[in-house]
Amino acid sequence: MTTDSPRDRDREKKGTGGDGRDSRAGRDKDPRTSFENPVAGFGVTFSAMFKKRLTEQYPEYKKPTAPRFHGRHQLNRHPDGLEKCIGCELCAWACPADAIYVEGADNTDEERYSPGERYGRVYQINYARCILCGLCIEACPTRALTMTNDYELADSTRASLIYTKDELLAGLTEEMVDSPHAIFPGADESHYYQGLITGAAPGTVRQVAVGKGEKRADAVTEDEVAAAGQPDTTAHPGGATR
Amino acid sequence: MGIEEKLPSGFLLTTVEQAAGWVRKASVFPATFGLACCAIEMMTTGAGRYDMARFGMEVFRGSPRQADLMIVAGRVSQKMAPVLRQVYDQMPNPKWVISMGVCASSGGMFNNYAIVQGVDHIVPVDIYLPGCPPRPEMLLDAILKLHSKIQGEKLGVNREQAAREAEEAALKAVPTIEMKGLLR
Repeated sequence: MTTDSPRDRDREKKGTGGDGRDSRAGRDKDPRTSFENPVAGFGVTFSAMFKKRLTEQYPEYKKPTAPRFHGRHQLNRHPDGLEKCIGCELCAWACPADAIYVEGADNTDEERYSPGERYGRVYQINYARCILCGLCIEACPTRALTMTNDYELADSTRASLIYTKDELLAGLTEEMVDSPHAIFPGADESHYYQGLITGAAPGTVRQVAVGKGEKRADAVTEDEVAAAGQPDTTAHPGGATR
Repeated sequence: MGIEEKLPSGFLLTTVEQAAGWVRKASVFPATFGLACCAIEMMTTGAGRYDMARFGMEVFRGSPRQADLMIVAGRVSQKMAPVLRQVYDQMPNPKWVISMGVCASSGGMFNNYAIVQGVDHIVPVDIYLPGCPPRPEMLLDAILKLHSKIQGEKLGVNREQAAREAEEAALKAVPTIEMKGLLR
């Protein structure tokens, strides 16, 4: 064989060593005949028939995530239904992608969302920016913000990817009354954090959320009465007759 | 009410639109547009474990001329933007776009001059998929949501009418670049 390039010359030099490293020498030692070679490939196919199936049947069977998987956020509640969020914006400050927007507001006795002084009036997470890193959860001083294992977040508009407070807020259990409602009688903020409140006090009723645009029952009646022009009618079932 | 009740069992009635939507959604071939780490998850989705071929998405087409769906996986830099638009323009109609991951959807954590703040600045996006990167199940979920969207698509005159309505709505809407707050 003629040697054209220095690379070929090198290869031939190695081959003359006769130590079995030459590829051509290795092929000669192959025990399989030229007939067996293509058939041997099916050995892989055949053995795969006895292996466990790897494919996950996703939409029919959803394999549970790891328990601490970083999924969609959740705004938690105290055991009596008051919100844990105090509107401190530490989550928004911790967020590396600027995906969280919080506006705090003051609680009043007529409209109480959280046991303390302040609550988160506006709470938005933009899932088009959120990278689900969990730094907001580390920053939250009251464990109000945690993450769930939900991951099916895809949507067709950008605006629908901004989750507002009513979408993020945790659901109610049997012991809870939806916020806003009065603080547990005789308790203050610290009792909530000590874990002394285990459920809503008997007879707790939801207050009127004026901040969300709801109207008080008497105000509604007066408006309706004025619109009807009949002050002495009893046709309004919710209205107080005076 | 109609002809359905008079038919013997074993017959299935459908409309042309429904049949076309069913056929279209059952063979959506994706074009690869892997730009960053999301592409790794996209490859996993195509591989044996999650197996996108179960939904008729047999192979990722290297050529945009053979593809129906562009999965933009990863952050789009300003320099990549015209390339992305060209690949989109080369795809034959009907075509769809999934913006995979937060960077493609809105720029994500890269809110700077080098990164396009969402591929919807360049191409119309059908499904936005958040996550950094989204796990393969999330991509499959986005694909299934796209399938239901394709199933409901119109044909012929109705399609033109729907496109015109979408165009009018888009012209009335605030441009993405002028949006404020979280929508920007």
